[in-house]
Amino acid sequence: MKAAVIVFPGSNCDRDCKVAVERSTGAKVEMVWHGETELPKGLDLIVLPGGFSYGDYLRCGAMAALSPVMAEVKAAAERGVATVGICNGFQVLTEVGLLPGALLRNEKLKYVCKPIALEVTNAQTRFTAGYQGRREVAMTVGNGEGNYFADEETLDRLEGEGQVVFRYLENPNGSARDIAGIINKAGNVLGMMPHPDRAFEPELGSADGAILFQSALASA
Amino acid sequence: MRAKVHVFLKSGVLDVQGKAVEHALHGLGWTGVEHVRVGKTIEFDLKADDPAAAEAEVKAMCDKLLANTVIESYRVELA
Repeated sequence: MKAAVIVFPGSNCDRDCKVAVERSTGAKVEMVWHGETELPKGLDLIVLPGGFSYGDYLRCGAMAALSPVMAEVKAAAERGVATVGICNGFQVLTEVGLLPGALLRNEKLKYVCKPIALEVTNAQTRFTAGYQGRREVAMTVGNGEGNYFADEETLDRLEGEGQVVFRYLENPNGSARDIAGIINKAGNVLGMMPHPDRAFEPELGSADGAILFQSALASA
Repeated sequence: MRAKVHVFLKSGVLDVQGKAVEHALHGLGWTGVEHVRVGKTIEFDLKADDPAAAEAEVKAMCDKLLANTVIESYRVELA
């Protein structure tokens, strides 16, 4: 099993993601700099980490979405490679057009950083199958612009087609319909604001994030 | 040519910064203030002779990078 973590200038959860994926799955994880024009061969999982890529200049994720490596990530995702964008990674996925909607400033203009309970809204995805029908999982959030927005029609479609994967039990940032994570139509690209990479061992308060990475790789 | 691009959140998108500024202005006594929107202006020089072609080019820049049209609208000024 082989995974890659994409590193943008300003990413700050890149190493967390590497350690989380390695310890929870045993996969070999390569760090891939944003300037690369090729991804390592034979990837089973691509992770876009949290942080402040390009200092959040212009809009969160906007510059990262235009990084050379993102053309390759987009092509791999379109070929069906499991791709997870966490926090800033989620913002990048919306900016690059792999996921619908956008992330706005939090409703209360406040950076929220805390443990959070999530509903597993769709347990049938390749990322959530490992929860084996569990309805509630625990992770943490840390975001200032995690307020998911899409027009009503898109939200209806996401809900109707099972593309809402996680919801907040207590909405921390004003996200539309309490959405914490969504998946693309093909089911291989997941974007989420909560951090599975900060919840992969009981010592961290929760090991529920490990199950997500295990599921993603088990399905590869 | 000098291009000015004004980017704002679309009218249907809640502008929480605008709300906060509006609240602060009310607090300072300007109670007649309503519908505050906070946006940004991006300015640059552009080598171009034909204004119509320049405008098309700047709009392409907006669609590709300067604005996220899922949440933002933009206005281009050329002088």
